[in-house]
Parts: sequence; structure tokens; C-alpha cells
Amino acid sequence: MAYPPAAHSPTTRQPSVKVILTTADVQRVVDRIAHQILEKTQGAQQTVLLGIPTRGAPLARRLAARISAFEGVDVPVGVLDITLYRDDLRQHGTRAVGPTDVPAGGIDGRRVILVDDVLFSGRTVRAALDALNDVGRPASVQLAVLVDRGHRELPIRADYVGKNIPTALAESVRVTLAEPDGVDEVRLYGGAR
Amino acid sequence: MTAYLITNVSVLGAAPTDLLIRDGVVAETGAGLTAPGAVTVDGTGLVALPGLVDLHTHLREPGREDAETVETGSRAAALGGYTAVCAMANTSPVADTAGVVEQVWRLGREAGLVDVQPIGAVTVGLAGERLAELGTMADSAARVRIFSDDGHCVADPRLMRRALEYVKAFDGIVAQHAEEPRLTEGAQMHEGEISTRLGLTGWPAVAEEAIIARDVLLAEHVGSRLHICHVSTAGSVDVLRQAKARGVQVTAEVTPHHLLLTDEKAVTYDPVYKVNPPLRTAADVAALRTALAEGVVDIVATDHAPHAVEDKECEWAYARPGMLGLETALSITLDVLGPRWDLIAERMSRTPARIAGLTEHGHDPAPGAPANLTLVDPAARRVIEPTELASRSSNTPYARMTLPGRIVATFLRGEATVLDGKAVK
Amino acid sequence: MIRHLLSSADLDAGTALEILDTAAEMATVAGREVKKLPALRGRTVVNLFYEDSTRTRISFEAAAKRLSADVINFSVKGSSVAKGESLKDTALTLQAMGADAVVVRHPASGAPYQLADWVDGSVVNAGDGTHEHPTQALLDAYTMRSRLGRLAGLSVAVVGDVLHSRVARSNVLLLSTLGAKVTLVGPPPLIPVDIAAALAPGAAVCYDLDSVLPQSDVVMMLRVQRERMNDSYFPSAREYARRYGLDGSRMRRLPEHAIVMHPGPMNRGMEITSEAADSPRSTIVEQVANGVSVRMAVLYLLLGGNNR
Repeated sequence: MAYPPAAHSPTTRQPSVKVILTTADVQRVVDRIAHQILEKTQGAQQTVLLGIPTRGAPLARRLAARISAFEGVDVPVGVLDITLYRDDLRQHGTRAVGPTDVPAGGIDGRRVILVDDVLFSGRTVRAALDALNDVGRPASVQLAVLVDRGHRELPIRADYVGKNIPTALAESVRVTLAEPDGVDEVRLYGGAR
Repeated sequence: MTAYLITNVSVLGAAPTDLLIRDGVVAETGAGLTAPGAVTVDGTGLVALPGLVDLHTHLREPGREDAETVETGSRAAALGGYTAVCAMANTSPVADTAGVVEQVWRLGREAGLVDVQPIGAVTVGLAGERLAELGTMADSAARVRIFSDDGHCVADPRLMRRALEYVKAFDGIVAQHAEEPRLTEGAQMHEGEISTRLGLTGWPAVAEEAIIARDVLLAEHVGSRLHICHVSTAGSVDVLRQAKARGVQVTAEVTPHHLLLTDEKAVTYDPVYKVNPPLRTAADVAALRTALAEGVVDIVATDHAPHAVEDKECEWAYARPGMLGLETALSITLDVLGPRWDLIAERMSRTPARIAGLTEHGHDPAPGAPANLTLVDPAARRVIEPTELASRSSNTPYARMTLPGRIVATFLRGEATVLDGKAVK
Repeated sequence: MIRHLLSSADLDAGTALEILDTAAEMATVAGREVKKLPALRGRTVVNLFYEDSTRTRISFEAAAKRLSADVINFSVKGSSVAKGESLKDTALTLQAMGADAVVVRHPASGAPYQLADWVDGSVVNAGDGTHEHPTQALLDAYTMRSRLGRLAGLSVAVVGDVLHSRVARSNVLLLSTLGAKVTLVGPPPLIPVDIAAALAPGAAVCYDLDSVLPQSDVVMMLRVQRERMNDSYFPSAREYARRYGLDGSRMRRLPEHAIVMHPGPMNRGMEITSEAADSPRSTIVEQVANGVSVRMAVLYLLLGGNNR
């Protein structure tokens, strides 16, 4: 079964590419979010990190690793696949369903922090909230993203933002991470600005 | 009566000549004929053949006039180059009495497009239990000489023996639908690799071959003529070859579809390819082609079997078997045998006329011969469109195929039934 | 992306594995409090059943409902002879109702192929005559993989009435695609002609069950109707059970890890004894549960996107 091409894969016709966050920037930003989480959650007690595939998943693992490194707290990490909850399924060929992996202790009564790479329309987060609802009943839900590029289509905001990047709609933001992509970087592919 | 002057036509592939048709016979042949008042038909590039004779046609009337009538079937036949067709007995009511065969015969005369020669049923109601009144049918206005339970096998060996013996009294012939019924219960298609894959109950070749083997022995034993309908397997060819070598009076027919199509066609489950006997393998097709060329199989017969839409647009197992053939038979035979016109005339006109006892048919266009003939354009190629066929049904397996040859004109006793590729009525 | 699932032959190895992987995700839903996913909200799945098969119908119904599709059950009673409305007219009705998928069970081999020509929606073959039952093969493969950890290289014996079995045909095709080695076992009249050439060149035929068992990772017993003996496929139920039935002593000839499967419904005492059917090796109950997950995966992959 065919997959649609990655939504923000660059094509040769892109007029400009700009590196927004370098490798060092990405690592700094992840560290900062980890610190903010520790601050805002009183030491990340009763907290579960759930990454939204694809790149939210390694990001969540990194955050957990940094939190552990900073304060010795082991935050449970999981993956929440939102494919079956998307509102745009019919706009594409069938999307492959990825694994959902909720940590052994579950999420009931805990603070769940959803982790994703880019916050854009908010529709992915909406789908994630629906998915979460079917998996359990958390005490609260927060959202951490590496990049917020604006253009929200739903009343959703992030609790932790690595970097706000003002963009035009025609532009695209591409996050690469070492785990799946080989390098940590955030690039902005320019549209007709 | 209209006279026709066919100019510059090749009779059976010979050098072009002119043919003058007058008063129901070929009056004159030769180059540069003139005939004031005659309708001239330009025969340039055309081949004249004796009018084709089909020993195996289902006209469906009486009973299933929604699928075909004597008239529509006659028109299809004329357009296919035929001047005579033998109408099978499996109508409703069955053609097992003088009344029914005379009705069909009369309808044929009224349509006036081909000679319709009724075939009588061997057994009452095709039930395979007791003989129909064969002699009465033979003595009727329809002068029946061929008897067949086609669609059903005369499976009871004693009954088959009696039928073979009985028809000798009036020079009749039994045409056997060779299918051992116990070996084909529920059968849907040729038993082999494809039936296994498709989960359709198999119709084994042996069910045909066993009956042919039995019947040639019976015919030999009682000294009767026997005709085998729609031979479909290589094994049947072997049985026939041996029987003929021993001098058994057996003749056999093959259908155009068994000369061209294989069981692979069933893979889409389109019931247009469901037929009885079923389409066989490529090896069977090759054996049948060789047998036809050699004369082990004597004739091509269409087994033209029109079916209403609802009997074909349904599940394979529920569909009726059979396919159209009259309007495409010559094209397929030409494709299979090549432009060997004398051989084509032998397999499609002279021999079937002789088997059927149709003395007016099967004569090459020569001075004095009955003017039953057809003109073929061998260079033409046509794409088969089911809805454009003259048959009332459209269950042709050749839809959208390009076939060689086209019938340009057909004459029945000197009257044109087809001119310019169109039926005159 | 395939549009219909009519035969296991429609599935290449990649697609088949994608269905099994998706089914594994779908299976996790069964363990949740909320056993429902919104993926097919607003889609209509019609279960068009020309044969009584409550188990298959409810399995598809549960699968469609867990994916939030609307389900319409359309049961057509009556035999082929006393046929009422034609399949084509029914197809046009379903088309007018806007069916996104038609799950069809039909006594005539090939009926789903014709249906697929007449409706715009996806057609899923839920068993057609003696032809195929591809979702059964998928759930069997899923069950084998979850019990034994792999499919490639497994030796699978399919035992019984192969001739009349749509389950057998679909399994031979799918298991061969996925690299398993299939041996068909049964009395010779119940093994169809040219089976290896017809379905899978690697498939073997053996008439002796006892010689096959020690090399088998999986033994799949097919349902055998007692009435077959009236058509002389075998002399008696007793002789069939003696030569081809799976009982406790035969089961002990299997390797330690081997599993026993049956697509159901079983004829206990005919092709399988209770000792074998109820043993820990038996996957018969799991097969039912896995059926829902596999059918969810199939429906999602056919209907989840704009695969038109």
C-alpha cells in the first residue's frame, strides 16, 4: 500500500532554504524545554511523556533523558499514534498505522505531556487529544513542541515551545532529528515571500 | 425474380470471373458477362463461397423469443454467410413432435433469409427415457433427418443404440451431445488448473471422450451413421481418428470458440465465456485445429446459443451456457485455417450439407448449381460490437476483438439476403 | 493500494504484512476500555450475505463498528435455484445507498468479482462458493505469526476437504506468498487436480497424514461435511476420521511447538477430536478474536483513505 510523500519534503523547485535551528540550537532548545517541564511540573512527578510520531517520539525520549540527567527523575515515555484519529484521512491515500505504546503504569490520573516537532494548524494535537481520550483519563494534558510556526486553525496552544518561527503559509518547516534522519536541524523552505 | 451479375469475383480463390445469377441458379460464369436488367454487384477483391451450412444452431423459438427468434437468428445467419441452418430441438416445447418441427420449419420459410432445417429430439422432452416419434418427424413437412438431444447427452447406452438403429429406416443420423452426466454433475468449466484456482466444479475431458468412445463402438456395432456435436478435447480427436481409421461412419463438428478460446477466459468469472462443453486448454485447441485441417473433425458448426441478458449478467454458476456464433464463424475459421477457400467450403458448406441431407446446399458456384452462395471480403477486418449484431442477444465472446473477413453478400436460391454487408430484410 | 480484496492472490508480501502489522495495532484496541476508533466515521459498510454465516458476519460487523463505520446487514435468503432479485439489481441498490464497502458472502464462486464490476465501493470477499475466503487466510496467518513468531519457513499442513474449501485456497495462496511451505493432505478425491500449478508451485500434496505431522509447525484441519461420503469422496465418516482425523495420539506426533488450527465450525469427532480441539496447542478461540482485528485492518486499509 502506498504512502503519501512526506508532507514537507523539499523539491527542486524550492526557491530558498534557511536553517532556523542548527544542531547545537536543537540540543539547547531540548534542554530548555526539559528544564521548563521540571519547573512547571514540580519535578515531573506523576508525569508521562507521549511522543506523537514520527519525530515527536524521539523528541519525547530525549526530553525524558535530559530530565533524568538534570534531576535523576525517570519519567515514563510512550508513543501515541494518531493516524486513526486524523480528520484528513480521506484527503490522502490510506496512511499506515503506527504503533501506540502507552507506558506500563498507564495514564489515568497522571499529567500527560504530548510531544511533537512542529505546531502548525493544531489538527494533529486535536487528533492526539481524541486518541488520548480513548486510551485513558489523564489528570491533565500539556503540549510540548520544538517549533511553533503559527497559523492555528483550532483553539490550541503549546505549554512548552522551543522556538516560535513566524512563517508564511506557503513556507514549510522541516525538522530533522538524529534518530530518524541523521542530523538535528530545523529548516525553513521558502515559498513566494 | 431479380437477376444478379457479380463481376470480377474469385470463386473459391480462383482467378476473378463474373457470375450471373438468374432464376435461383448460377446461370453463367466467365469473364466479361453482360446481363441487361440484372443488378450488378462489384465482386472485386471478394471471394465467392457456397452458402455456409450450420449443423448446430439454437434459434430459441418457440419458448425463448426474448433471446432469439427464427427470424432474428435467420438474419444473423445470412449476415454470417449462411444459407442453411439446422435448428436444435431444445426449445420450449421441445421439438419432439411433428407439430413443433413443422412450426419451426414454417417460421423459417416465412423469414426467408436462410433455409431453416429443424432437428428433432431423440427422446421425448429431451428426458433421455424413451424415443420421440422420430419417423413421424422424418415424414413431416420439415423432413427431419438429424436427431439430437443437444444440451443433454443420450446417456443410456441401450437407448442410444436403439436410436442409432431406428433412424436407419429413413436415412437419419443421431447427433450426440457427448457428456457423461454422472461425471459432470454441477460442472461449470473445464476441469484443470484454472477450475482448481477458481473453485468452479470441473467438467473433465473424459466425460466427453468416454461417450464418444462408447458411441463410435455402438455405431460400428449396429452399422449406423453417428454425428458428434461440438468436439472439444484432444482425447476426443484421438478417439475419432481411430474410429475413422476403422471405417466407422462417424462425423464430428467443432465450434469456432473451441478453435480459438481457452479456459483461461474464465478467470474474470464473466459468464459470457461459460459454454457447454466448456472452453478447454491451449493443447486441446491445437489438437482441434489440426483435426479440422486434416478432416478428423469434419465440419465447423457454430452452436450459436443466444441468451437473454439476465441469463448472462449473473453469477457464473447460475448463468446459462452458450455463446453466439453465426455472425463470427467464418471470420474465426478464416483466422484458424487461413485463406484455404476450398477447405473452408468443405468444412463449412459441402460436408455439413451432405451430413444434413440438404441437397440444395453445399454446391460450388458453377453453372446450373443452386444459387446459394456468399461473398466474402477477406481483406476486411472488423471489430465485433455485441450490440451491432443482428442476433436478438449479445452474448458474443468476441466483443471488441478484431476479426478478419467480412460477409458482403449472401444469396439464397438466387435472391439476395445480404447486400453491402446488410440484411435486405 | 488495492481497491478490493477478492482473493489472497491480490496481496503481495508487502501488502499482506502491512495488513498483519495494522491488525496488530487494531488488536490493542480490543484491550482498551473504549473499543472504538473514529477512522471510518461516516463510511457505510454493507454486509451482503447470501449464506448463513453468523460468525463471519458478526466478525465483520464488529470490525466495522469498532472503526465507527455505519453497518448495514443485508441477508438474502434462499437458494440459487429460487433466486429472487438478481445480484446485479442488488448491486445497483447498494450503489444507490452509497455503500463505501460491500462485504459479500455468496455460494457461487466468483460472485464478488462481478459485484466489484457493478459497484463503485470496495468489495471484500467474505467467502465465495468453493473459491476463496481471503480474510480467513489473513487471520490464520496472523494467528500463526503471533504464536510462532514468523511465517517465512513455516511448514503448514492443510488437511481435509481441500476440493470444496475456500479457506484452503486462500491459505495456500497467502502462505506461499509469505514464504511458508504448504502441504495439502487428504483423501485423493478431495485434492483438486493440478493444485500446485493452480495456486502455488511450492505446495506439496500428500495422502498420508501421519508422515506429514512430525515435520509440521502448523496443522490446519478443514471442515469436512459428512454428506461428502454420499458422493463417494470417502467411504464413511468413520474411515475418514481414522485416516485423516486429528486425535490425541496424532497430535502427539507433532513437534513440541506446533499448533493446531481450525477455521470453524468444527465437526468434533470427524476431522478433529475434542482432545485436539481443546488442547493448549489449539488456536481455535484465538482465531475468532484475531478475525476481528484482521478485518479491521482490511477495512481500514481499503476505506481509510481516498483510494479511488
